[in-house]
Amino acid sequence: MIELDNVAYSYDFGGRELFSDVSLKLSPGSFHFLTGPSGAGKTTFLKLCYGALRPSSGAVRLFGEDLGEMGRDGVALSRRRIGVVHQDCQFLDHLTVRENVALPLMVAGEDVTAEQANLAELLSWVGLSERADALPPELSGGERQRAALARAVIMSPDVVLADEPTGNIDWEMAQRLMRLLVELNRMGKTIMIATHDLGLVRAAKSQVQARILRIGGGRLQLAGADL
Amino acid sequence: MTRLADLLALVTGDRQADRVVPPTGISAWLTLFTAGAMAFLTVFALALSLAAGRLADRWGEELARSATLRISAPQDQMEAQTRAALKVLEETPGIATARALSPAEQRALLAPWFGPDLPVETLPIPQLIEIVETDEGFDPAGLRLRLQAEVPGALLDDHTRWRRPLVRAADSLRLLGWISIGLIGAATAAMITLAANASLAANAQVIAVLRLVGATDHYIASAFVRRFTLRALGGALLGTVLGLGAVALLPDTSDAGDFLTGLGFHGAGWLWAVLIPPLAALVAFAATRYAALRTLRELA
Repeated sequence: MIELDNVAYSYDFGGRELFSDVSLKLSPGSFHFLTGPSGAGKTTFLKLCYGALRPSSGAVRLFGEDLGEMGRDGVALSRRRIGVVHQDCQFLDHLTVRENVALPLMVAGEDVTAEQANLAELLSWVGLSERADALPPELSGGERQRAALARAVIMSPDVVLADEPTGNIDWEMAQRLMRLLVELNRMGKTIMIATHDLGLVRAAKSQVQARILRIGGGRLQLAGADL
Repeated sequence: MTRLADLLALVTGDRQADRVVPPTGISAWLTLFTAGAMAFLTVFALALSLAAGRLADRWGEELARSATLRISAPQDQMEAQTRAALKVLEETPGIATARALSPAEQRALLAPWFGPDLPVETLPIPQLIEIVETDEGFDPAGLRLRLQAEVPGALLDDHTRWRRPLVRAADSLRLLGWISIGLIGAATAAMITLAANASLAANAQVIAVLRLVGATDHYIASAFVRRFTLRALGGALLGTVLGLGAVALLPDTSDAGDFLTGLGFHGAGWLWAVLIPPLAALVAFAATRYAALRTLRELA
């Protein structure tokens, strides 16, 4: 699905190499945690996984296609198969929660009115039925995260990538969000969650069989034994 | 084909896509105002250009086939020399008609300078003979030689000396009008590009979100292009209507001198005026599309 082959990434300005020689294959239905200290490159790693950044060297393949050979529109079309949840959620503040969740359908040219039943079901699944007509600035942190998750999965993507999805919410809400992600994984979706919250990872281990990766010192390694 | 499809999409619209970009205040008004003001100015430049064109054509056509013979002679010889001149003219190949102007016609010619009550019969003013040429035209040099021998007081004016600068001036005025229209179009494109750039920069976050959920550059650009094109169309419609109203209020042909007359639209000229709003929309479409695709490329 998503493959990184000997990937290195350096910042454009200054040229500091964030990591190098990183290889990873996200297979269908797998569950990964990506851990590491702040600044280690977790967000950058996820951006490479959904084509928002291109590697300095090595190859990234999205669904079998080399990112280096894909145009911007090709990346955009691939992204419809990858749901992304950001820590800061990134909504269009002038649209309601319902419209924001339906945004991937809109940009894909789908008829949103025909998808109202699915949309309602999805909002109910994340517990936002009552808040469907609210604007994003009116939502709490937890509600925003759940709305972002709903938006990430509305196109029924193969992969869901979440960047610190529990960073701004309390423990109880974080657990609720984790349960939703685990449920998605049980539906066959590939999940990768970047987090520095090891408590969350430990708690999740009882619910799902996950590979735990650690990024730091410019390397990516399996870190299951540490936890 | 893509551009044609884009233009068609502008007409049919996409209500879902229209909602994606938030309404922006200043760039919306700037586009509307710019398009309106530029359309207003275009109406005047167009009216000027068309009027200058008509003037050049008229002067060119009317004067090219005519000439004037002026006879300056003592009063007692005037009639004899006029007769002799008419005889020479009748015999000259290339002249269709020649006739001496009546005192009333000569008075009318002098009226703008001396008033309508000038007693031309009692004044020593030259007799004018109007000559109309055939399609082939006459040989002015040959005619002058013959007149010199047979009608000593005759002076032939084939209008060339003063017709050419006038036609050239009118042609220059017409060209100036079209250049002005071109500059107005370029300025409109520049202003709308700036407004579109400002709007795109202000909506960088919106673009980031759209990209995150899988929007293609074409989709994002279309959302901005449609908005700016429709605003430009609306502004240009308003500006054109106001401009046409202002042109209609200019003095009529019968009320003023010859040069400023007819500074309106006649016949096919109206078609040009009707084309201003869609052309403004086309300029906005091209300018916004260029700005949007360039910005999206830079933001990638």
